[in-house]
Parts: sequence; C-alpha cells; structure tokens
Amino acid sequence: MTTMPSVDARDDGPLLTATGISHSYGDRIGCRDVTLDLWPGEVLGVVGESGSGKTTLLNCLSARFIPAAGALTYRLRTGEAADVYAMGEAARRMLMRTDWGFVHQNPRDGLRMGVSAGANVGERLMAVGARHYGAIREQVTDWLGRVEMDLGRIDDLPTQFSGGMQQRVQIARNLVSGPRLVFMDEPTGGLDVSVQARLLDLLRGLTNDLGLSAVIVTHDLAVARLLSHRLMVMRRGEVVEQGLTGQVLDDPQHAYTQLLVSSVLQT
Amino acid sequence: MTGERAVNDDEQPVIRLEGVAKSFVLHNQGGIELDVFRGIDLDVFTGECVALHGPSGTGKSSLIRLIYGNYLCSTGRILVRHGGGVTDIAQAAPHEIIELRRHTMGYVSQFLRVIPRVPALQVVAEPLRAVGVGSEEAEARAGEMLARFNIPERLWSLAPATFSGGEQQRVNLARGFVMDYPVLLVDEPTASLDRANRDVVIDQIRAAVDRGAAVVGIFHDAAVRETAATRIVELTPAGAAA
Repeated sequence: MTTMPSVDARDDGPLLTATGISHSYGDRIGCRDVTLDLWPGEVLGVVGESGSGKTTLLNCLSARFIPAAGALTYRLRTGEAADVYAMGEAARRMLMRTDWGFVHQNPRDGLRMGVSAGANVGERLMAVGARHYGAIREQVTDWLGRVEMDLGRIDDLPTQFSGGMQQRVQIARNLVSGPRLVFMDEPTGGLDVSVQARLLDLLRGLTNDLGLSAVIVTHDLAVARLLSHRLMVMRRGEVVEQGLTGQVLDDPQHAYTQLLVSSVLQT
Repeated sequence: MTGERAVNDDEQPVIRLEGVAKSFVLHNQGGIELDVFRGIDLDVFTGECVALHGPSGTGKSSLIRLIYGNYLCSTGRILVRHGGGVTDIAQAAPHEIIELRRHTMGYVSQFLRVIPRVPALQVVAEPLRAVGVGSEEAEARAGEMLARFNIPERLWSLAPATFSGGEQQRVNLARGFVMDYPVLLVDEPTASLDRANRDVVIDQIRAAVDRGAAVVGIFHDAAVRETAATRIVELTPAGAAA
C-alpha cells in the first residue's frame, strides 16, 4: 500500500500558478487570459466542447507551448518557485521528464511504438538517470502490475495491444518516475465504455493514493465528475465558470454551463 | 475569510447562517429567476440535531446543499467552525471547502454515486483513508459499519454497482457515518429503508449528537424526525426560518 499524502501539504501554497495565459493561432484564439492555481493533491478538470481551447490551455500549462502572453510558476521539490517559461530549455525538459507527466489521448503520441511495453516504461527511468538493469526491470514490472497489465506481455510491442492496454502502458510510463503533476488530454477518449470505467478507476485510485496533482481535459462531464475536485468550463478560449466539481455541475451559473449540463443524457 | 478568529467556546454555534438567500437563474429558459428562499438565519450548536421541516419546494435540500458548498450562496454568510477557526462557506476557495469536508463536514444523501469497480469496503473506508487512517484500521472500521447496516460480509469485496437499490443506499449510509464528523448533514437518510435499518440510522444520528456533533437533517418520516431531532425548524414557502 502506498502512503497517503499529508493533508497539511496544502499549507505551503499552490503547486502551479498560471497568470494571464493567452495564446492564439493567427486570428484564431486558442485561449485568452486564463489564471488559475493548482494545489498539491488537487485534480482540476477542464471541460468544454471541441475548439473551446482546453487542449491549447493544457499545452500552455504543461509548457509544451510557450504562450504569447502569461506566466507560469511551479513550486519545485525544494520549495523554490520556478518561472517555467523563463527557464532554460534544458532545465524545462528536465522538469517535464522528472516532475511532470503528460498522458495523451492517443497512446501513439505518448509511446514509442517500435519498442516493447517494458522498454517504454523503463526508458523514462533511464532518462532520469537509472542505470541498474535489475532495478529498472523491477520498477517496470511493479508499475505494469499497478496498471493491471498482464506481465507475460511485458516484452510485446504496443502495436500488439488494444487501445485500452496501450493507454495503461502510457500511464505507467508517465508515473514510473514519480511525478508530482500529471497532465491528461482526454485520457479515456476513444475507448469502449467498459475499458473506460476500468481506466477511470485506475486513475482515480492513483491520484488518491499517490496524492498526485493533475489537470485533466475532457469533454465528458461524467469523467470530470468522477476524477476532478475542481472544474473549469471553457468556451471560445475563455474560462466562463469554475468552482468545486459538484457545485459547477449541480448549480451551474453560466448559461453555457447550464446548457452543457442539461444536454447530458440521463441513464 | 478563513480561520483567523480563534473559537473555542461551546456557547458559539458550530454552524451559523446569516441572511442566506438562494435563487436560480435559468439562462436557457428565458433567464427566469427562481427565488428559493431569502433571509435565512440559523444557529446550530454542538450536540444538537436540527430537523428542517416544511412543505416540499421550500428549499430544505437546497439549504443543506448550500451549507455543504454544493450550491452557491446568492447572498449571506454560511459560517462553519473548522480547525480552530471559522470558515465562510459562501466565500471559501474550492480547496478550502475540500479540506473542510475532509475533516469537519459530512453529507449523507439517499443516493450513492457509484464508482464503477471499487469494492463496497473501500467505498466506505475512503473517507477515513483520506484523513490518513491506515488501510487496516480504515477497513476494520468500514467493515464494522457495513455490518451495522446489515450488509453481509460476502458482499464487501464486490463493487456496489451490482447491488440492489436498498443495498447501495445502506453502503452509502455506512460511508456517511464511518467518520465522526463534527458537522453532519443528512438529507432523507431513511427514505425507503426497512424498519431495522431505519433504526440503525437513528442510532447513528443520536450517537453523533451525543459525541457533540452539530447535525442538520431532513426527515420526511415524522416518527424518525421526532426520535432523531432535538429541535425542529420550520421553513415556509415565504422563506423565513422560524
């Protein structure tokens, strides 16, 4: 069993602070003037329809893009606040490899399809300096077990796996190096409902047990309700509403959020 | 505002509502504004169970959801004692409310939002795990509570998604009562329960009151209300709390 996060960790302030993030593609607005705090152990859901700017925002928050305007501050393990956009390229890459993870909607974007599942997970450990083969293999096996992979298939290529299995390998690859913050772009998109449920349980368990902070982009309000503590609703590049997940979904204030919530089919 | 003022005095209310109003604006239905209530003042002290009473549509459930922070307060203050201070739920940031719910305030409704594959025992143990109770102790206490609500042990390792409606409701009640919260909100906890389980709920509420919790509840069943509540507050359609 993993240990629970210290509930007092929050007293130290936000883990990630974004201020006035704006990014556009020519005339087309990606996201405009987004400001947010993400606290340790907090899972933030970002919802909105296609083209609302959620993925652009995720790319800016995870420093995959440097936006045209805005600042991003991340509290390092040392407690020091780092200005992510002002860091050198090497330092930023190191941060992204060690402290952060990024789970893509399409596992092909987050995995190397030409090497085995085990190598995909082990590679990330080697990138942060692990060299001992036995130790790497042991951690890889542990993580593939945690994401409920059949360990007999550790040496198979991801191309031989189903979409749901590929997604679980991608998650193991991202979590094996012990990140504190994980970004996820529609992590359950494109999967069958039964596979999706299994993955949601897995993600929920991992964020709870590891005390991970996460930003999860999804267009599925049920996924957001299950995984996120806090919700941000985007439309046309702007945040129209944010608050506790239950509050935003049960007492939506903005016309657009009311429309989104009332458009969900009841089962 | 959070936690600046130290409050140790038992004469101080645990929950204080000041001029609380709630209205809903339905933007996609012509912007119609529905006033649920306004000007609600209410103090709830340690060791009491306040039953909200009134005809349907007077906003009893809305009031409970406002206190829990699940609905946004239109005007007024909702002060709850937490961590040696007082938090205004109407103004608190989301992470402050999450923290307050984890340690101080529980909410029991009749509906379980089922998490697909999590076993009943873990569903019930989760609130304890979230405040750092070790898995062994959390599971032992969860099992005790499930047994109290007459959930047979052979079901504990199964996910409640496959349970009957009544069993799901009892798992939810076990989850709601497993932590000794200083503030407990209960919305129709006994609806559609059989007599034996209804009595378990009443016992749990009385035990909470005895250990000094402040309880606010809605009890449709008059007999349950008379037995569980120490005070009854009338909500009227006009909106003033008696």
